[in-house]
Amino acid sequence: MSDATEAAPVETAARAPGLVARLRDNDIWFSFTRSPITVISAVVTLLLLLSALFAPLIAPHDPFDPATLSIMDSFFPPAWTGEGDPRFLLGTDDQGRDILSTILYGMRISLAVGFASVLFAMVVGVTLGLLAGYLGGVVDSVIMRIADVQLTFPAILIALLIDGVARGVAGPNSYQDIVFGVLVLSIGLSFWVQYARTVRGSVLVEKNKEYVLAARLIGLRPWTIMVKHVLPNVLGPVLVIATINLALAIITEATLSFLGVGVPPTQPSLGTLIRIGNDFLFSGEWWITIFPGITLAILALSVNLLGDWLRDALNPKLR
Amino acid sequence: MLAFAIRRLVQAIGVMLVVALISFIMFRFVGDPVNQLVGVDTSPEDRAALREALGLNDPVLLQFGRFILRAAQLDFGISYQFKQPVAALIASRLPATLELSLVSAFFALAVGVPMGVFTGLYPRSWASRAFLAISLIGVSLPTFLIGILLIFLVSVNLGWLPSFGRGAVVDIGFGWTTGLLTTSGLQSLILPSITLGLFQMTLIMRLVRGEMLEVLRTDYIKFARARGLSRRAINFGHALKNTLVPVITITGLQVGSIIAFAIITETVFQWPGMGLMFLQAVQSVDIPIMAAYLLLIAFLFVTINFIVDLLYVAVDPRIRLGGARG
Repeated sequence: MSDATEAAPVETAARAPGLVARLRDNDIWFSFTRSPITVISAVVTLLLLLSALFAPLIAPHDPFDPATLSIMDSFFPPAWTGEGDPRFLLGTDDQGRDILSTILYGMRISLAVGFASVLFAMVVGVTLGLLAGYLGGVVDSVIMRIADVQLTFPAILIALLIDGVARGVAGPNSYQDIVFGVLVLSIGLSFWVQYARTVRGSVLVEKNKEYVLAARLIGLRPWTIMVKHVLPNVLGPVLVIATINLALAIITEATLSFLGVGVPPTQPSLGTLIRIGNDFLFSGEWWITIFPGITLAILALSVNLLGDWLRDALNPKLR
Repeated sequence: MLAFAIRRLVQAIGVMLVVALISFIMFRFVGDPVNQLVGVDTSPEDRAALREALGLNDPVLLQFGRFILRAAQLDFGISYQFKQPVAALIASRLPATLELSLVSAFFALAVGVPMGVFTGLYPRSWASRAFLAISLIGVSLPTFLIGILLIFLVSVNLGWLPSFGRGAVVDIGFGWTTGLLTTSGLQSLILPSITLGLFQMTLIMRLVRGEMLEVLRTDYIKFARARGLSRRAINFGHALKNTLVPVITITGLQVGSIIAFAIITETVFQWPGMGLMFLQAVQSVDIPIMAAYLLLIAFLFVTINFIVDLLYVAVDPRIRLGGARG
């Protein structure tokens, strides 16, 4: 642990020339190529990311353009079932929207909210962790006590509460405009604790090292030392947590949307699509809910597997 | 031991006070309590009178004190949505949630422990690999999706089990209704409990597996083998017994999150419990129910944590010296 972190600043200085070569010779890359499941999940994740990113280009229809929708197209089963329409590979929903296209666009929203809330949680958690670890004293105990209290509650409950409060404060009309912000806020705030704890732990180790003492000696301000010198050395574990949290954030967003407190049906995420389709499950139109569900499952599973592998690969205890 | 218990108790009370403060702030400052209680045609004088009667003009600190005092007497005010006392509403929904949660916890233990023991004893067999694959799915899939898939397969396609509600319930006194005594009640319990318990089951299975793998490598197991004890005596009498301490702790801690996650399961299966009511409260900004639910869940969590901490110390005296975290 201490060897790796102490060596890090030296490496940073020499990183520029041979990044590709360094990556190729890295033992992380080696462990990656030796684990077929990880390679598969990386490929699947990449495919899903790309298809979400380029959804407007590859989606056969634009599900948000009312002009192209026809109520006559509604409730088509998947194309291979015989009663389906070859124009709609995975069938259509109650408004005649192509399921494949809504999934591609929905995945965009799911991923966007997921990434944004992980980023938000990371910024909040890392900042508070740095402050707690570096300043210590009252700041440390206040931040860590809040973290302790929050850790006793499941994230989904906290996200629901924040959402409910935001609804009450904003009122029903303006709530629709800020729903994405509220989602990112509520998911982000329910996940910051892990980052804060990890960063605080690493900072406590780092801050007694010579380079921090030297930086203090030449009179750098605490904030500069924290951000420019300590932060780069504690980021490794943060990235692992972020990967694992991405799967959790996507699942939480889907859950909130499914419960009806997340993304509105006008701009559906995967969770909203599953919620919409759930109403038709009993009348036989299973494809409306099952296909978005499978997509969400594959997305969550492959990101999760990637995160698991990354955690093991970066954990020196398991090498 | 006593000092440890008192320190923990003080911490627990501190947590409860913080949570009470949060629910008080929600209760008092999110939306206007008066507007929620009266109709549009109420005159400003009546509103002012009601404001005074509710004590909303008193100093905030006094209001907070009164809030805690009332909460301690289980008086959480009147629901905006149902116009009924929140405590009575929660009490009527509590049995459904508790029954579901306890059956789920039982399911998680009854299936998770044997699966964990098996995968720990025979890590290379194909069945163990299958169990591990299932556990991966249980960890990765969102609860609501598992519920929907179960409904789709078992209720819609096969028609074996009901997919919503509690079935027929029996009142066994004290306002406690149970579905455990009727056939339809038991049938209705199966799918929701599997959905709710699956995550905990995989957690317990992985935990038992990890502990078993570790314990089986220790010297006293090797010694027991050298003495020629039967496999059964070694595996269950010696190895499993030593894995159970963390299992009990984790299960205890998980009971709290089962109750919280019941929100999702209850929504999927239209189970008439507290979670469903809480979700409806969030959607319609029914702050008194939200505040009361938050306090109740916090109380359950803090109590369970407290008991588990004490049990832990009772079982493993080393913790007393190290001083558990915090």
